Amino acid sequence: MFKTMIGAVSIAAMMAAGPVAAEANTVIKIVHVETNPTEIALWNRIASDYEKLHPGVTVKFQYLENEAYKAKLPTMLQSRDRPAIIYSWGGGVMRAQIAAGYIRPLGPEGQAVMAKMIPADAHAYEVNGKDYGLPFLTSEVAFFYNKKLFAKAGVDASQIKTWDDFLAAVKKIKAAGIIPISVGGGEKWPMHFYWAYLAMREGGANVVQQAETGKDGGFDSKPFIEAGQRLQELSALHPFQPGYVGTMALQAAGQFGDGKSAMQLMGNWLLSTQATSSTSGKGLPDSDLGIFGFPTIAGTPGRETDQLGGVNGWLITKDAPPQAEDFLAFFFQPKYQEQAAAEGDYIPALKGMTSYIKDPIVRQIADSLENATALQIFFDQDLGPSVGRVVNDVSVAVAADQMTPKAAARQVESAWKDAQQ
Amino acid sequence: MSGVVIRPGRRDAGALVTALIFVPPAVLLFTIFVILPLGEAAWFSLFNWNGLGWPHIFLGLENYARLFNNDDFQTAFINNLLIIVFSIAIQLPLGLGMALLLARRAWGAVAFRLIFFLPYVLADVAAGLIFRFIFDGNYGPVSAVVQAFGGQPLFMLASPSLAFTALIIVVVWKYFGFHMMLYIAGLQGIDRQLYEAAEIDGATAFQRFRSITIPQLAPMIKLSVFFSVIGALQLFDMVIPLTGGGPFEQTNTMVSFMYNFGITRMRVGYGSAVGVVLFIVCVTFALFYQRFLMRDE
Repeated sequence: MFKTMIGAVSIAAMMAAGPVAAEANTVIKIVHVETNPTEIALWNRIASDYEKLHPGVTVKFQYLENEAYKAKLPTMLQSRDRPAIIYSWGGGVMRAQIAAGYIRPLGPEGQAVMAKMIPADAHAYEVNGKDYGLPFLTSEVAFFYNKKLFAKAGVDASQIKTWDDFLAAVKKIKAAGIIPISVGGGEKWPMHFYWAYLAMREGGANVVQQAETGKDGGFDSKPFIEAGQRLQELSALHPFQPGYVGTMALQAAGQFGDGKSAMQLMGNWLLSTQATSSTSGKGLPDSDLGIFGFPTIAGTPGRETDQLGGVNGWLITKDAPPQAEDFLAFFFQPKYQEQAAAEGDYIPALKGMTSYIKDPIVRQIADSLENATALQIFFDQDLGPSVGRVVNDVSVAVAADQMTPKAAARQVESAWKDAQQ
Repeated sequence: MSGVVIRPGRRDAGALVTALIFVPPAVLLFTIFVILPLGEAAWFSLFNWNGLGWPHIFLGLENYARLFNNDDFQTAFINNLLIIVFSIAIQLPLGLGMALLLARRAWGAVAFRLIFFLPYVLADVAAGLIFRFIFDGNYGPVSAVVQAFGGQPLFMLASPSLAFTALIIVVVWKYFGFHMMLYIAGLQGIDRQLYEAAEIDGATAFQRFRSITIPQLAPMIKLSVFFSVIGALQLFDMVIPLTGGGPFEQTNTMVSFMYNFGITRMRVGYGSAVGVVLFIVCVTFALFYQRFLMRDE
């Protein structure tokens, strides 16, 4: 034990000495969860370019695994060793961080960059009329399909416009002996895409904002109950792969990449995960991949251009060095974002980048994002973890017929009320 | 009398100095790393708090009321009890049987001891991941066997009725070797002469087992039950990679419930309430067990 104490004392001494040594140099620490090697290479190049122009400033990108990052962030924000810039998905978690006073609103330099963002993306980082961070990528959830399997089943994807068309297509694919849809139900969030899109079609693009005001019973209202009913219409056809409630998202992506299922409702990152998770490591060739938007429902206010997606960005923490914002302005220079677009790393949130995207399917998604009438952030991010995870739970439970659509809507509403205390 | 008192008095003074030197660091460390976090958790459990800033929405005991009314927590609690029952009913007899077979200096006994002990050395997370593959309906050997007998592909981990069985199988597989080792150590400590004397008196093998082995092994059995129960109550890192508590929250333990409903949902107050309940259950069990069953040790 004596050794432990000596250890503890010397660690304390080192910690006390730390800040003195650091004063000579300003360090901008950035924590993130991205794993794409070309993207990381680009970021590191931006950092070293910045360091060359600003002697005495060091920019450090630090990677943390996704779940570990989410679990660790509250503690990191409260420590004195708080990173200057943090990775964010926007939505409820960001609002909680802002409410707790850990995030600094953008100054003039950041606001000048914000003005160049696609409006829907900029809007996602605005809280109470203030801009709190800079979004860098947008993703969109859509149906990705296997052209060969669709042809085999005699289904024309371009003719799928309404929910009824979609159900008919599922029946036809199933009849041809092909698994219509693979979904990672074990992780739950992939199934929430169905419930979320259906609610957005049933109640219109601002269905979440309306429910948040508590109007007509909040989330325990017609659009959300009907979303559950529609989801059960679909699951009654047994469209998902066997054992889907235990399948992980990447496993499901691999099944799609292996050509074992005809389609998948997923964010555009599926384009890379269907390849990396497939047996061959290559997945479906681009020529076999197609995409169509979530269908509309006759007689409901939702438009086909109302999209569900994600807007990921950077937040500057309180007490971060002033250079943090300057570095972000440097980061968002068109030349870097053009490169990210050209390499296919992500769809930039900066305006005017679409033309640099080479991959035709990514290009199609970027176009649809630019023409979107609304971009709703994933419900599970937008509503924050305490409500969002309930949305994910009930989506799987409803699809698997373990819960009624009414009970699901009621559970989400009660979680929302709890979170408002 | 007074002359007798002096010597123990000196010894007490020496003991006092020793205590003054060695006890404070231990108390300090125990306070910092056990008592304070415990008190903090108990304090947080009275609030609706997301872990950011300082808790200020006071709920009193409402977190506890909600916890006890939550069906998924009840399932998790019952699962913990079932894991204890199955551990004691399957794992320990299996461990004892293997120990009886392998405690002798028979050919290959050491190799088999090693093989049965290996799963225990494996990290729980790794065991969970391996069995996730073994129980997989598409690629796993379990489903392959079922299909070989003409059945449909079997997705054990996706079935609300079978997933918990799968978890029990992995727990037994992983921990019976540990209990076997405890019993082997216990068996080797039994005096051979007892058996020889019993044999001379004409005792049958079963009589020797019942009247010598079991009583002589009793301290080890009590210890192994204790480890088994505490281990079952704390089971977590195998559950997360294997089933994540699903499907439909059917395979949660109290600790995985705390993770799934407290930490990942940023409901630190609610999660703390789970932690406090778990602590009370563990401490109550440990105290009773020590008091009534292990008091000779």
